[in-house]
Amino acid sequence: MLDHLFLDPRALGLVQAAIATLLALGVVLLARCQRIHLERETLVALVRGFVQIVVVGSVLLLLLQGPLWASVIALLAMILAAASIAARRARGIPGAFWVSLLGISFGSGLVIVSMTWLGVIDSAVSSLIPVGSMLIANAMNTNGLALDRFRSEVQAHAGQIEAGLALGAEPKQTVVPQVQAAVEASLIPRIDSLRSLGIVWIPGLMAGMILAGTDPVYAAIYQFVVIAMIFAASGLTSIVSTLLIRSRVFSPAQQLILRPGINSGR
Amino acid sequence: MPTEGIPPHSKVILQTDHLSHVSGDAHLVDDISIQVEEGDIVAIVGPSGAGKSSFLRLLNRLDEPTAGTVWLEGIDYRMIPPQELRRRVGMLMQSPYLFSGTVADNIHFGPRQRGEELPPETVEQLLERVGMAGYADRDVSNLSGGEAQRVSLARTLANSPEVLLLDEPTSALDEATQRGVEDLICSIIHQQDLTCLIVTHDTQQAARMATHVMALEAGRLVKYGPVEEIHIA
Repeated sequence: MLDHLFLDPRALGLVQAAIATLLALGVVLLARCQRIHLERETLVALVRGFVQIVVVGSVLLLLLQGPLWASVIALLAMILAAASIAARRARGIPGAFWVSLLGISFGSGLVIVSMTWLGVIDSAVSSLIPVGSMLIANAMNTNGLALDRFRSEVQAHAGQIEAGLALGAEPKQTVVPQVQAAVEASLIPRIDSLRSLGIVWIPGLMAGMILAGTDPVYAAIYQFVVIAMIFAASGLTSIVSTLLIRSRVFSPAQQLILRPGINSGR
Repeated sequence: MPTEGIPPHSKVILQTDHLSHVSGDAHLVDDISIQVEEGDIVAIVGPSGAGKSSFLRLLNRLDEPTAGTVWLEGIDYRMIPPQELRRRVGMLMQSPYLFSGTVADNIHFGPRQRGEELPPETVEQLLERVGMAGYADRDVSNLSGGEAQRVSLARTLANSPEVLLLDEPTSALDEATQRGVEDLICSIIHQQDLTCLIVTHDTQQAARMATHVMALEAGRLVKYGPVEEIHIA
């Protein structure tokens, strides 16, 4: 109905955005009736989300017409932002930003570079940016989950860790179970994505490719390729980040600095 | 005895020198200077929040002093690598905190950190000493609280410590088990002539076990001396 009224795609988009916003605000009003106050947070999030995505759309428009190096810079900027966001999950652990930056750079960077070199990811900007951003975003989520889980595991097992230290163990030896638990927990969503692929959800990339006229079977296979690459990038990020963060919960004198009640702030 | 700038003495194994630990606004350990001679058994007593466990943690360097230091056999303990220090100053915690696996895995834990492999006979001897002979292959998840604390003691002893720190070692146990573990600790300390510092809230236990008593209040040392000279309420 709307597409008959608004022929300009940008005007149509703005009207659709306004309708979707009204729907979201309706939910906020419904919550308010139940004395659940989401007004301020939701309003800020809606405005922020809209501005961010429009800016990204505009930047993409420029990038698609620009040289390859511009895309590389854009991906590096995404990694930087991802590290900053993911590091918030590890508040109280010194150097969490640098650990996240290294983890995400290594995990997503290695997969993007190697897969582009092998031709699995098309080196065209129109392919590199969306696929690269998907890998970085998922690496960021996994990194955040891993650091958050590692911190809570260490705090929950502070006594056990200090018992190891008191027996003369090397600090990184005392947190081996916490590193394992953090990596395993952070990869659960990625493994579930692989398991449920095509049954529970048809991801946006595949839907987009089909809408753009790609053969549905190829679109399906390529979607699997992307999800497998996401798993690889996330797994590498999680392993690198947790291995790097483990020594940062100890002081130079090998004392556990992340103990319950001392660094519990998020 | 409390000390004021006393140089490390040959018989003195452990000396704290104006030892303090401040966390935020709280003075958990406030300017404590004592010296402990070889073979002394020092009971650290005081009300909850007096800083007993905080003091013990400083001795094992699980926490860093904010002022002062500890001398171990005349050497500033900050000069000793933490892993070596913790091997020499063993600590038994309130809860056993056994690592998953078998009893033997736990006994091997400390020596393996230094690349040492205890022969099975030594493991068995250690277990015998804590009344757990034949338990080497048992999974630790099947042990009772008292058994777990005995294994934890054997695990600490496997490191052959020169000083043993005990942080309320029987408080997590039921009354019936408490006395058995206490007697066991006493007999091991005396057999091996170990220097020992025991945190306890039980003054009767302090009187039964210790040669010296150290009373703390709000992080400060209020009394220190031989058990027969110190009145502990």
